[in-house]
This record gives sequence, C-alpha cells and structure tokens, in this order.
Amino acid sequence: MSESRNAILGKLRAGRDAHPLTPPESDFAVLRNKRWDGAERLERIKRMMEAVHTEFLETTEADWPADVQAFLTAQGTRNLLFGPATEAGGRLSSEWAASGMAGGPELIPYADRVETFKERLFDGIDAGITTTLGAIADTGSLIVWPTPEEPRLMSLVPHMHLALLRADALYDTFWQAMTENRWADGMPTNALLISGPSKTADIEQTLAYGVHGPKRLVVVIVR
Amino acid sequence: MGETSINFAKASSAALQDQQLRGNFRRAMDGLMSKRAVQFADTAEWNGVRTLGASVRLRALSKLPELLEKLEANCTKNGIQVHWASTTDEANAIVLSIMQRVNAKLVVKGKSMVSEEMHLNAFLEKHGIESLESDLGEYIVQLDEAMPSHIIMPAIHMNTKQIAHLFKQKIKEAEYTEDVAQLTDLARRVLRKKFATADVGISGVNMAVAETGTLCLVENEGNGRMSTTVPPVHIAVMGLEKVVEKLEDVPPVISLLTRSATAQPITTYVNMISSPRKEGEKDGPNEIHLVILDNGRSGIYADEELRNTLRCIRCGACMNHCPVYTKVGGHAYQAPYPGPIGSILMPQVEGLEKRGELPHACTMCNACVEICPVKIPIVEIMGRLRSEAVHPGDAVRGAGSHASKAEAMVWKGWSMTYASPLAYQFATALLAKLGNAAPASLPLLKEWTNVRAKPRFANRTLHALAREKGIPDV
Repeated sequence: MSESRNAILGKLRAGRDAHPLTPPESDFAVLRNKRWDGAERLERIKRMMEAVHTEFLETTEADWPADVQAFLTAQGTRNLLFGPATEAGGRLSSEWAASGMAGGPELIPYADRVETFKERLFDGIDAGITTTLGAIADTGSLIVWPTPEEPRLMSLVPHMHLALLRADALYDTFWQAMTENRWADGMPTNALLISGPSKTADIEQTLAYGVHGPKRLVVVIVR
Repeated sequence: MGETSINFAKASSAALQDQQLRGNFRRAMDGLMSKRAVQFADTAEWNGVRTLGASVRLRALSKLPELLEKLEANCTKNGIQVHWASTTDEANAIVLSIMQRVNAKLVVKGKSMVSEEMHLNAFLEKHGIESLESDLGEYIVQLDEAMPSHIIMPAIHMNTKQIAHLFKQKIKEAEYTEDVAQLTDLARRVLRKKFATADVGISGVNMAVAETGTLCLVENEGNGRMSTTVPPVHIAVMGLEKVVEKLEDVPPVISLLTRSATAQPITTYVNMISSPRKEGEKDGPNEIHLVILDNGRSGIYADEELRNTLRCIRCGACMNHCPVYTKVGGHAYQAPYPGPIGSILMPQVEGLEKRGELPHACTMCNACVEICPVKIPIVEIMGRLRSEAVHPGDAVRGAGSHASKAEAMVWKGWSMTYASPLAYQFATALLAKLGNAAPASLPLLKEWTNVRAKPRFANRTLHALAREKGIPDV
C-alpha cells in the first residue's frame, strides 16, 4: 500500500507547493485568559456536571472509604470494581475489611486481563471506582487517565461510575490542563475527559441516560 | 446507491409533500439553533475561539503532507499501524484484509462519516461479516435499512412513534413502547451483548494529532469507547484532512465542534487514543490500525479556493441553519454528507457528473457561512462549483458535464444584446410588445415558472419612460 502513500503525499505536496498557504497566527489568548477564582471553580464544575445528571458525594481525605461504603450500601449496590494495586484501592480494601459493616457491597478487584472475566464484567458488576487527575471548570469535565492498575473499562462497563476528585486538582480549561502538565511529552494509551453519565438524544431529541456506558456518574469530592 | 446521477429536485419535491418529515425537521432544527445561540452568547469569546479554530485548521492544511508523515511516524512509534488508501475501494480492501487475518465475523462500529462514504457496512456484509452500528441513531437507521439524514443526528428524520414501531418489528425481544428511556434501554441490552463478543471495533476520527500520534474521538453515548476498547482489534478510518499539528490545537476545535453540533459545552466523552494495549495493561485492543483515506481530497487540496472545503470539522451547524436543508431534510441530498457542506464536498469527491446538481440546492443566503465555526466560504465555493459544472476545466472531476447548449446560447445572446445599444433597444422594445405573450412553458423559462409566477413585462421600456420625463439617453 506504500504506492498509495507515495501517490497521495506526492499529490498533496505538488498541490501545496503550487499554491502555498500562509495561515494566520494561532492566538490562544481566548483560552489562556479564561479564569475562575478558586472557590468558583468547584462550584462551576458541580453546576455544569449536575446539569447533565452527575451526582456528588462530599467527603474528606480521612473519611472517603467509609463514606463511599455507606453511600453504596444505602443504594443497595451489590459490588464495586476497584483497582487493588492503587493507593486508593489499598485503602478501600483495608478500611472496608476493618469496618465490619454488614450487608455492604462486595469489593471486586480488576486484577487480571479483561479476557478472563469479560462475561462477569458485562453482566455482574454494579459499580466501578477510579481516581481522576482533576477536573475542568470551563466544561465540567473529569480528567481520567486509565493505567494498568486502573484499566479503561472500569469507568465504562459498570452501571455506576464513582470518580474520586481531589478538590485542589481543578483547572480552568482543557487547554490549561494539558499545557500546564505538558501532556504532549507523553500521552498514555487512553486519556479521557468524562463529563457525565452516558447519554443520547437520538430518539426525537429526548435525553436518555445510560445508553451504553454508566447510567450514573457519582463524583466523590475529597477535601 | 448506484453510479447514476442523483436527482435532488425530484427528491426534494417529494420531501416537501411529507408533512411528518417536515415537522420532525422543523422541530429539531429550531431547537438546535436556539440552543447553539446560547452557547455562543458571548460574542467576544465566539469570535476569539472561532478565529483560533480557523487558524488551527488553516495551519494544518498549510503543512498537510508533512503533518501526515509526522502523524504516521508518531502513530507507528506508538504501535498504531498506519495504512493509506487512494480510493474507497482500496480502503475497504484494507479493512477486509485485517478482518480476514483475524477471522472476524462480527464488527461493532462507532459513528463514522468516512465509513458511510466507503459504504463499508454493505461491503463487509457482502464478505460475510456482520457490521453493526452502535451509535443509537445509526443503529436505528441501520435497522430501518436507510441512510443517515444528518451527520450528527442520523435518525433525526424519525419521531418516537416511528422508532417504536421499527423496534417492535425488527428486534425479537421488543415490546411496543413509546417511552424513550425504555427504547434506549432495549438498545443497550441488545448492543452490550455485541460489544462483549465483537471481533473488531471500527471508529471514525474527529481529529488526529501529528505531534503525539493521538486519535481523538468525541461522543456522548460511550459506544465509541466500547468499540475502541472491548474488541481485540480497533480499526480507525479517517479522511486525510483530519490531522492537526499539535495537541494544544485539540481543545479549541473540540469546543467549536461540540457547541456548534449539539449545543453542548463538551460531549460526555472525549477519547484520546495513543496506542494499543501496552505490556501490563489489562484491557484495550491488542492492535490498532489507522486507515487514511484520500478519495479525491488531494485533488480538492490542489485548488487554492476549493481547498477551504477541507477545513471542515463536521459539526453539522451549516445544515442546522440552512433554509433548504431544514425544509427538505437530509435524504433529499442522497449523499453521505447532506446540507451545505455536502453540497460542496460531494461534487468534489464523487465528481460533478454525479453530484453536479447539489451546488444548486442553495439559496445563497449565507446562513451557513455566518455560522461555520471555522469560517469556510461555503457560498463562494458553491458558486464556483456551479460554474465548474457548465464550463470545461480540470479543477473538479466532471467539469463541464452539466453544460447545456440552449443555456449557453441564451447567455451568449444576452451578452451580445447588452454589448450593443442598438440590439438592447430592439430587444427591450420587442419584449415590451410581445414578452407577455410568451407561454410560461417555453424551454428554460419553464424551470423558473414551475415554482414562480411568470414575470410581467411593462408595456413601455425604462428608456422610453425616462425619455418622456426629459431624461436623455447617454
């Protein structure tokens, strides 16, 4: 197929060289100058995400594992998929084991390749919990970078996705988050912005949630 | 779709008679227009981000061959296999050969306009591979054995009742319901089984980043994430214009795209895929293939003016605001891309012989140009294509194919008449005396009088009236 490659590139180069194009400068000021003050950022994120059916659970660094457990128990959630090798996963398993809460959800580790438990993942898991790299005030979006310890499908297949958000990891815009953290120097396999539960308006413009991915997105704000 | 030329005039006449269809479109487009206006209510912000977005697209086009090479190099470094296709046949063959190598029987697809351009589903089915659309709108259209009528909302031409009947008729386990949540849930149950068992996932690409070798996909449903994560092989297809230079170019374009398309500040999911599953990772495809399609785009690129067509970010705002599209709907265009952008893109991609009628599906009102988030001069290109259709040339395939001898003679006569004062005086005097006697059914005049009243000539010419007022001829 390199024949096509060379033909296409040759044609493009000839076309461009015959009629070069001088583009205007790209002025990113409209994104650089978009700012909210600290307190306003989180309020804005909540407001924007709530408008698309996201739920919030406010907690603290000390209490979040217990608060998540109490929340899921109250919801009647049967089980929670988690990454056992992450720091958050370690706290979940040790603190839930120690809490002795009866009737709470079962913790299910995502410890092996998806091929080994695809069927259960699609058919037997109620909720999954992941961390985030922060959130974006401009659009009300979580930044999620799946890792070997926190695989991609944890935030997609379970009916409920819980996402831990540290209240001090907030950005004004998507552009600022990626430039300040130099994303271009090394992108992960899959980087994601998530701004609500899965939704569609393909049937007569009527919004419906949970068409393919999670039906509920719960952001656990950790202060 | 056959290779014969399409008939927009006939198809649009039929669409205009369909009150249900007109109602469905009117309601949807009115809603989209007003919601979009709210998203861009801050005029300074709109102007800033629009200018930035247009510059990002123009910069990418100014370096297109180099950026495609860089994209290929960075994708390859990341483990993504890159393929090049000059034609849709070649692109289909590439996709098929990957499928055959992995013995694929079932494919789940995210929404991709390029795959519509390739007629990929029909092609795969011919080779015994089930290709299932997983975007709910595309799934509905596929069940209905129809074409998408909008590039963002493929099933916008149908209402809930029609979809409820379709599901009842085509899905085995369906109970009849007009409850949208229940209909959506039914599709979820059917499609989840398919995601879990598919051999290959196919997606489009909203933007490919040369700097990092990253494929960006925006979507609300999660079917794009499913298709690109669950099956062991992911194939992405993209038109060669979809590249941007840098990662930082992505946010402004996404902001313009999602706000223009569906009036959302952002879609539920923005996926940035940079490699197949790495050592130690527990999910994601083991192989990713990127198919870069030309299909006439390099020809478009060679022309300075037509090149602007390739700026398009496929937001669909031009169709939402087009007075023609909103009346007749997408199917009348009989093309993967309908509306204003389709009317300039399709003739350039498929040739004026087949698509030369589309640039006439326009009132030249400029609504699409005012709304276009990357400032494509759609109406100028529309005029250019009308002219190309009747004049021999080599800029667009099929140039001159719509030339009419009678029309050419009329224009020639018109030009000669206007160049000679004597001939002009004679002609206007003649029309003042006899013009009204000409029947409305005369060739050429008929095209006008079909939908409008025949013009009435005054019984005295302007020159004669002026002379009576004492104004001399110059």
